[in-house]
Amino acid sequence: MYVSPVREPLIQGDKDYKKITAEITAPVSKKPTIYWFIGFTISSVAAVLGIFAIVMTVWKGIGLWGVNRTIGWGWSITNLVWWIGIGHAGTFISAILLLFRQKWRTSINRSAEAMTIFAVMCAGIFPLIHMGRLPLGYFIIPYPNTRGLWVNFNSPLLWDVFAISTYFLVSLLFWYMGLLPDIASLRDKVKSKILKPVYKFLSFGWTGSARHWSRHESMSLILAGLAAPLVLSVHSIVSFDFATSIIPGWHTTIFPPYFVSGAIFSGFAMVLTLMIVARKTMNLTEYITVGHIESMNKIIIATGSIVGIAYITELFMSWYSGVIYERFTFYNRALGPYAWAYWIMMTCNVISPQLLWFKKLRRNVAFTFILSIFINIGMWFERFVIIVTSLHRDYLPSSWSMYKPTIVEVTIFIGTLGIFFSLFLLFVRFFPVIAISEVKSILKTSNKKYLDKHK
Amino acid sequence: MAAPRYIKAYYDDDEKLIGSLKILKEKGVEILDVLTPFPVHGLDKLLGYRRSWISRVGFIGGAIGAACGLGFQAWVFVKEYPLNIGGKPFFALPSFIPVTFEMTVLFAAIAMVFAFLMRSKIGPGANPVIHDEKITDDRFVILVGFKGDISESNINGVKGTLKDTGALGITLKEDIELSKNY
Repeated sequence: MYVSPVREPLIQGDKDYKKITAEITAPVSKKPTIYWFIGFTISSVAAVLGIFAIVMTVWKGIGLWGVNRTIGWGWSITNLVWWIGIGHAGTFISAILLLFRQKWRTSINRSAEAMTIFAVMCAGIFPLIHMGRLPLGYFIIPYPNTRGLWVNFNSPLLWDVFAISTYFLVSLLFWYMGLLPDIASLRDKVKSKILKPVYKFLSFGWTGSARHWSRHESMSLILAGLAAPLVLSVHSIVSFDFATSIIPGWHTTIFPPYFVSGAIFSGFAMVLTLMIVARKTMNLTEYITVGHIESMNKIIIATGSIVGIAYITELFMSWYSGVIYERFTFYNRALGPYAWAYWIMMTCNVISPQLLWFKKLRRNVAFTFILSIFINIGMWFERFVIIVTSLHRDYLPSSWSMYKPTIVEVTIFIGTLGIFFSLFLLFVRFFPVIAISEVKSILKTSNKKYLDKHK
Repeated sequence: MAAPRYIKAYYDDDEKLIGSLKILKEKGVEILDVLTPFPVHGLDKLLGYRRSWISRVGFIGGAIGAACGLGFQAWVFVKEYPLNIGGKPFFALPSFIPVTFEMTVLFAAIAMVFAFLMRSKIGPGANPVIHDEKITDDRFVILVGFKGDISESNINGVKGTLKDTGALGITLKEDIELSKNY
């Protein structure tokens, strides 16, 4: 088969099928390193603190937060949008890159999907606790009730309920179905008397039969076909929460594509943050190569530039529309009391990814790691700027106000970071970080040893 | 009468597997199942499997989801509890689209996953025969039957053919029921 000579091999080193299984499943049977324990301790402590803050919020009420009648959506909705956005990269990698037959996805898709699921779990916490009365959270589900009421299907907030829960379930199915053959690999590989039956149960009795593979492939392809528009719909619907309102700075048609590209932008940044650490600490540099990092950086620069264009279009339209409220909102964003947040957002999201036009920097692992953290921060500030600066000064100057988070809100956010990293660390400890069977299927077209043989 | 039997053998390479299967097919050897560590392309065509029905299951699931999603919203807002929202018609189609779409995707995905698990007879608690623990590692196992003719000469003939194609670990198994895992 034809392999382009300018492409660098996706899998480096001297590999064969046996070696792939052994190297990727190695962390499961080994004792984790000290770094793993340090990381897990820090994140689980953060998670416990966050859960404590959530319990406090539910117990005492939303009054513990800094939100007020002018700024009803503070950190909690900022965090919701940020986490959901991060999740988008996983689905983008596993669904859209599968449809485009991008082979480099195979080294990163499994962990990116895991990241999606954990991120959506963290995201789901925020709208629920933001309701203030968590035990009544089930009111958002349309069910026949004694009040004789239904939910409002014309409201984007209700669309969100459906979008986010569907997104979570479909991502979970997609991830788990893909994981089945790899769990079976672990089942056949581990010696531990405790873990073996667990993997046996989790592998659903996968045998590797050609009939199963044939069905599995058809199903994966169609699930990818479904997940691709799904991922675009989810952040579009999240953006409708803003775009269908009449708040200046929110009421724009640019929001859905702008949010979706922002989501993929931030998601890839998070994938890079996680993968750069994982490849180093788990000896996977021959699978997740500098070439993979460069490919992800290219997506970052593409989506980052779309985000940049969107910011500039917003500024232009606020001036050109001639609407005084729109003009004021953007003037206030750039020069008002929250200008610091606006300029952090601009620097991190618009200027910093442009450095990736240089090939040297795209292929520099340390630089990419630092940049990915900048983008994570920048994208968090994007949501903060959109929510808080639009709300704090709108039509009526008499209700203008300022917003500052309280320690409880900050702790909840740190708590979700803790939950996210704890779950991710457990995942890398007990499951294969890389899709073993998918890497094997591209081995002969992507490893130097085999490519040389075919010449 | 002796119990029906089958042969288990394996290849150590996917290209060897495909090449050998072609020879075995030409010689009219009955292939019960092939078990591989990853999807080997061209295998289903070679074994004469029909295209999976799973896409149709997905389509039907999606259609049911779309009908339920749209139908339910229309029923609630037109018949059960009409609400005037922004002076729009009660049957406000554009704002019913997001939920309809999500329901379509959800139903299609769940239908396909269930169809896949049920048709393949796998799922939580499934306990199939693991023919070789190395199938998930680097072995491409084939299970070969005798088309009912289990005379000594036929068995030896098939064994010889397998050996010629480079198969390794050729072993005769007694209970043919064990080979039916799909």
